[in-house]
Amino acid sequence: MAPGTSARRPVHVRLAITVAGFGALTVLMIVLAPLIGSTHISLSRVFDPSIPFADNVDAQVFFVARLPRVLAAALVGAALATAGVVFQAMLRNPLATPFTLGVSAGSSLGAMLAILFGASATLGPLSPVPLASLGGAVLAAAIVYWLATQPGRPISTSVLLLAGVTLNSFFSALILFAQFIADYAQVYRAARWLMGDLDVGSFTPLYGSLPLILAAFAMFAVLPGALNLLTLGPDAAAARGVNVGRVQRMAFISASLATSAAVSLSGPIGFIGIVVPHLVRLLVGGDHRIVLPASALFGASFLIGCDLVARTVLAPVEIPVGVVTAMIGGPFFLWLLVRKG
Amino acid sequence: MAARAKRLGLVCLLFLAVAGPSRPGLLGASSQQPGSSKTVQPASARRIVSLVPSLTETLFAIGAGSNVVGVGTFDNFPPEVKALPRVGALIDPDVERILALRPDLVVTYGSQTQLETQLARVNIRTFSYRHGGIREILESLKELGAATGHTQDATALAARITAQLDAIRARVRGLKRPRTLLVLDRQPGALREIYASGGLGFMHDMLEAAGGDNVFADAKSESVQPSTETLIARAPDVIIEVRAEGLIEPSKVAAERNVWSTLASLPAVRTGRIHLLTGSQLVVPGPRVAQGTEMLARALHPDAFK
Repeated sequence: MAPGTSARRPVHVRLAITVAGFGALTVLMIVLAPLIGSTHISLSRVFDPSIPFADNVDAQVFFVARLPRVLAAALVGAALATAGVVFQAMLRNPLATPFTLGVSAGSSLGAMLAILFGASATLGPLSPVPLASLGGAVLAAAIVYWLATQPGRPISTSVLLLAGVTLNSFFSALILFAQFIADYAQVYRAARWLMGDLDVGSFTPLYGSLPLILAAFAMFAVLPGALNLLTLGPDAAAARGVNVGRVQRMAFISASLATSAAVSLSGPIGFIGIVVPHLVRLLVGGDHRIVLPASALFGASFLIGCDLVARTVLAPVEIPVGVVTAMIGGPFFLWLLVRKG
Repeated sequence: MAARAKRLGLVCLLFLAVAGPSRPGLLGASSQQPGSSKTVQPASARRIVSLVPSLTETLFAIGAGSNVVGVGTFDNFPPEVKALPRVGALIDPDVERILALRPDLVVTYGSQTQLETQLARVNIRTFSYRHGGIREILESLKELGAATGHTQDATALAARITAQLDAIRARVRGLKRPRTLLVLDRQPGALREIYASGGLGFMHDMLEAAGGDNVFADAKSESVQPSTETLIARAPDVIIEVRAEGLIEPSKVAAERNVWSTLASLPAVRTGRIHLLTGSQLVVPGPRVAQGTEMLARALHPDAFK
């Protein structure tokens, strides 16, 4: 936004270069990752139309086990990374994550209750546990939103943060209570869910989250300019003609939607929403018109890569993907903290 | 509460994670040499508190049921236990309530060392559960008989169970052993978070006795969490899912079987050999182990039981 130096290329050129670069990386990951796994498959057999699909184990491994999983990683990675960018800009806090405002605790509580009570309700492509976690996430976001907004006034980001952090703790306490009255098998399953899992087993689970994430992306598309101004502070943004309240509400709703949809698909996979936005900013600068699409693409590639590590490094045993992202993300987060101090 | 108690099967199965390694069957105040139960005088126990569902069942099966005065939270078999006081379970044993029942023998999980120490201090004998395969079930059955003064009943019961298992093995001998995936739990309505029997433990032993070859026999653990890719690669001929009673609503059985249809290349899916069996005899390592084994054998070899 600041007047660029003469060497600075116009924003649409930088956008094109960035999207081409990160897009190529994402396409490469989506093409290469399904070729690698714990079982050896022959590509010529996978695409041999003369073998019926039901008889073709190689094609089944490729199209049922690996491809849906890689696409789930791309979807979740893109959603969490962009939600991270939007929350960081909106809260004007570089350490905000998609889970800061209680969405992950809400969805975890929903999943825990579904496991505890053996829920069997389904909705379209959503099976019981994802459905309950989506419900919990939306409930948490709605509570925080209701607490922090007043008609016609900008959202109080400090109320939003405090409400989110408090709700996180409160829901965590409820989860602990639910775990106490549950038996070990249920506690174990809930704990496993919290570690994140992208082994969706077919394309069907993707159809549940895809429309929600696309809706969130459509809302993201109109935000970048206003987010750039919002990082200067709400007053400065308002003075430049930004309807601060409306932008904040839209940012909150879209980022919460993306987060909820991602978590219901894969469980709460940590650190994507903080590692990816910061890495992208280091590479392309702070302009949200470029950071947002670049984060979506890089988030997708990053999570595909982490899941590839998770499913191959100890094969045939799999490491939970949330553990892999935490191993990479934890030290990175700390480095980020001390770098500026 | 009822639904929760129904989960006892999986409870028994999965607490091995916390139950720790094998330990002597008996230890406590009056046991001078823990580790060799033979030296323990066959003192009859008159008031028994049992926290472990499989051993509560065993107590009733060897004729010590009338001496049981308190049970754990997860006990629901035999029906007589429903009227008995509850005193907590693995992670929350209620020491006060246990003491108030004035037991002379408390049956504990092997990992409850703190509880065992507390009880030893007031001269109450304890009997520790030991997790393992069918052999361990029969051994602890006999040891529990010795500890409660029902040695003969226990020995006879162990012989009866052994004979029943041998009869099942004889029926399926020589038949083709299908490669079987034994699923213990998963998310409802989806093939996610699947827990299957590995190559250790009583579930694996039951499957082998029932004439099936476990596709995860090579896994040196009691349960494995296979990925979709591993399931496709292992290509089971038969899929058997086992749960305690009430964990799958009868109206959902068809839908839950149908969940497997996404893995169309599995021989089990193509031939429709997918079974959802419910019953605590399938998942409790106790005196009904032969009944559970027969259920598996009937699913694997229906022709042998005609």
